[in-house]
Amino acid sequence: MTTPSLSRRVFLKASGGTLVGTLAYTNGAIAMLAPERSWAVITEQFDDHQARTLLVFTRHLLPHDKLEDAVYALVVKDLDRQAADPEMRQQLTHGIATLDRQSNGEWLSLDEGARQDQVEAIVGSPFFKTVHGSAIVALYNNPLAFAHFGYGGGVDDSGYLHRGFDDIAWLPEPPNAASGTLPADSTSA
Amino acid sequence: MTDYTNQRVFDHDDDGVVVVIGSGAGGGTLANGLARQGIKVVLLEAGGLHTRTDFHTDEWRAYEQLSWLDPRTTSGSWRVAQDFPNLPAWICKTVGGSTSHWSACSLRIQPHEFEARTRYGAIEGTTLLDWPIGYDDLAPYYDRAERRLNVTRTNDIPGLPGNNNFKVMYAGARKLGYECNTGRMAINSRQADGRDPCQQRGFCFQGCRSGAKWSTLNTEIPEALATGNCEMRTRAHVAEITHDASGKVTGVSYFDGNAELRHQKARVVAVAGNSIETPRLLLNSASTLFPDGLANGSGHVGKHYMRHMTGSVYAAFEQPVHMYRGTVMAGIIPDESRHDDSRGFAGGYEMETIALGLPLAAAFLNPGAWGRDFTRMIDQYDHLAAMWLVGEDMPRDTNRVTLNQEVRDQHGLPVANVHYDDHDNDVAMRNHAYRQGSDVYRAAGAVDVYEVPPYPSTHNLGTCRMSEKPEDGVCNGFGQTHEVNNLFIADGSQFTTSAAENPTLTIIAMAMRQAEHIGEQMKSRTI
Ligand SMILES: Cc1cc2nc3c(=O)[nH]c(=O)nc-3n(C[C@H](O)[C@H](O)[C@H](O)COP(=O)(O)OP(=O)(O)OC[C@H]3O[C@@H](n4cnc5c(N)ncnc54)[C@H](O)[C@@H]3O)c2cc1C
Ligand code: SF4
Repeated sequence: MTTPSLSRRVFLKASGGTLVGTLAYTNGAIAMLAPERSWAVITEQFDDHQARTLLVFTRHLLPHDKLEDAVYALVVKDLDRQAADPEMRQQLTHGIATLDRQSNGEWLSLDEGARQDQVEAIVGSPFFKTVHGSAIVALYNNPLAFAHFGYGGGVDDSGYLHRGFDDIAWLPEPPNAASGTLPADSTSA
Repeated sequence: MTDYTNQRVFDHDDDGVVVVIGSGAGGGTLANGLARQGIKVVLLEAGGLHTRTDFHTDEWRAYEQLSWLDPRTTSGSWRVAQDFPNLPAWICKTVGGSTSHWSACSLRIQPHEFEARTRYGAIEGTTLLDWPIGYDDLAPYYDRAERRLNVTRTNDIPGLPGNNNFKVMYAGARKLGYECNTGRMAINSRQADGRDPCQQRGFCFQGCRSGAKWSTLNTEIPEALATGNCEMRTRAHVAEITHDASGKVTGVSYFDGNAELRHQKARVVAVAGNSIETPRLLLNSASTLFPDGLANGSGHVGKHYMRHMTGSVYAAFEQPVHMYRGTVMAGIIPDESRHDDSRGFAGGYEMETIALGLPLAAAFLNPGAWGRDFTRMIDQYDHLAAMWLVGEDMPRDTNRVTLNQEVRDQHGLPVANVHYDDHDNDVAMRNHAYRQGSDVYRAAGAVDVYEVPPYPSTHNLGTCRMSEKPEDGVCNGFGQTHEVNNLFIADGSQFTTSAAENPTLTIIAMAMRQAEHIGEQMKSRTI
């Protein structure tokens, strides 16, 4: 008999996985934020194969060709967190298994068009809805996505008043009567 | 720092107080209006106290912090029921109510809109009715409200400077011959009222950390507390309004922060829980004397629910726009707000800029969508400009808030079900608005234009409507219920019709007028 703590560690190891990758766009907005080019995301509930399947599946749902896998991995991370709930884990692992079964092997090893057909075959299933619902939040609510899509977010309490809130130069300036003037007591940075 | 401590507390058996339910636009304004007359007020708010420095600029965190997330259900053919089955409305549960969310566009209802039935004629499938009050009754209170809120472009207060989103709208509007300016906004364009000018942060929906935006949290509530006549109790969820054998209201039962049921006695009760919770509370207060719900002898409680004709147009441009920088409602085109049925519908609509941060844009631009049609739009995020279309929708007795006995909230109370079907008039208006909005952006040089479906309702109206005759509605022109004279409705539920304009300035003006009326009636001991 192994000690409970050891068996728990073995169990975690056996069922966990790692997603690894290298940034594809070395000059992209994301590379500017990243300390190095290679990245890794560790999952507790999914093995390597399951984690990779979820990542690629999410790319099919929300395809942004130039968006790094590292950002899609954040969706997998979020699903992994939710899968701590056994029911959720069951639903997700079952969905992955179904994809593979439908593909007569590994869905991941199909070419892109065939993978897409399989995704279309399960639109609206609980698995599809869970991944989509999580991805729509997790993919776009992080600093990497903000940088990639050009969203400035909260900056700080001084706002955009002196950070380009009206910096469009490709249209004529509206007259003061339609717009307004800057607050008198604020000075330009 | 603004002070939110109670200067005075009232006994639960004190039957001389006025209980105000809800601290948003209606309730917060009413509580202050009463307290300043020396009337004792107990203000009960289901949400917690989140002050300026607690606000977040992370859209989802702010959403979780401020929104009403207790369960609700939906039915009907409106698209919201399909996209957001448990989120019919995007409104708040926090001190300040939805004025902590609002973008502060502050418009008066036009004179003809108070006479919708007379001016538009009978329209099949609607329950159109003239208001029992007219523009002239409200005009002096609109004046007061505009001064109180420091509304820009009134009382010589300068307009706000326009951001990029405004510039795009303006360029297109002028090409089509439309008027366009930065609107009448309850946002400081100058230091005023001890609050700073707008920093163009762009988080008006998330609470406004700078305090430039007017809200009852920033103004009415601290002022009411400072009088020493108002006690605010937070996390106090009113479950039932109680009455005596004669049918007079005697107080309210509420769950406090520890989920314990308490009772507060009252001389007068005013309900301002927003147009979904207000009828729910009246319906949940049914008794042998009021079998169909309190003040519901006429059967109108919950009916004629209106949410405005809405929709948005987003457009992508070759050059960057960065719509998220600066005020959310940064520009307005008022030209289509007139009534002119040659356009194929009654009533009118406004076009107002809107901006969502990336997280909310992903959730709301095309709910449920996936694949390249969806991601193409997000790929254009920093090149998008956007406007919200908001117009008069038709009252119908089938569009209504009812109790869903199958679904209970955390206190075991039946939740509200919100049923809505678009009327043909709403659909015709939306199609017209989509077309005009798209033309505005094409005129400004858009490369792609997207028609975006309605978000969960931010304007909720009409479920306890005011009417001349008791058989046509729930309350009179002062919000006093026809059936129970010491019970008042103090929020947008009173609206007889929805009008094209954003409703809050009118809610505030009516609450100021109601405060005076309650004061007079208490003095003359009619209540
Ligand atoms: C994102 C957004 C943008 C908006 N922008 C604009 C705008 O630009 N212009 C405009 O005119 N309007 C705008 N609005 C609408 C505006 O916020 C509302 O019209 C207004 O706040 C409604 O006032 P109210 O008093 O009816 O309700 P609310 O302000 O919603 O206040 C109701 C309060 O009652 C409390 N409550 C409910 N039930 C109970 C109960 N049983 N017991 C105790 N407390 C209870 C709630 O927690 C809440 O705090 C916007 C709304 C949203 C959500
Ligand atoms: S844009 Fe102005 S009003 Fe809106 S949150 Fe920022 S400072 Fe407040």
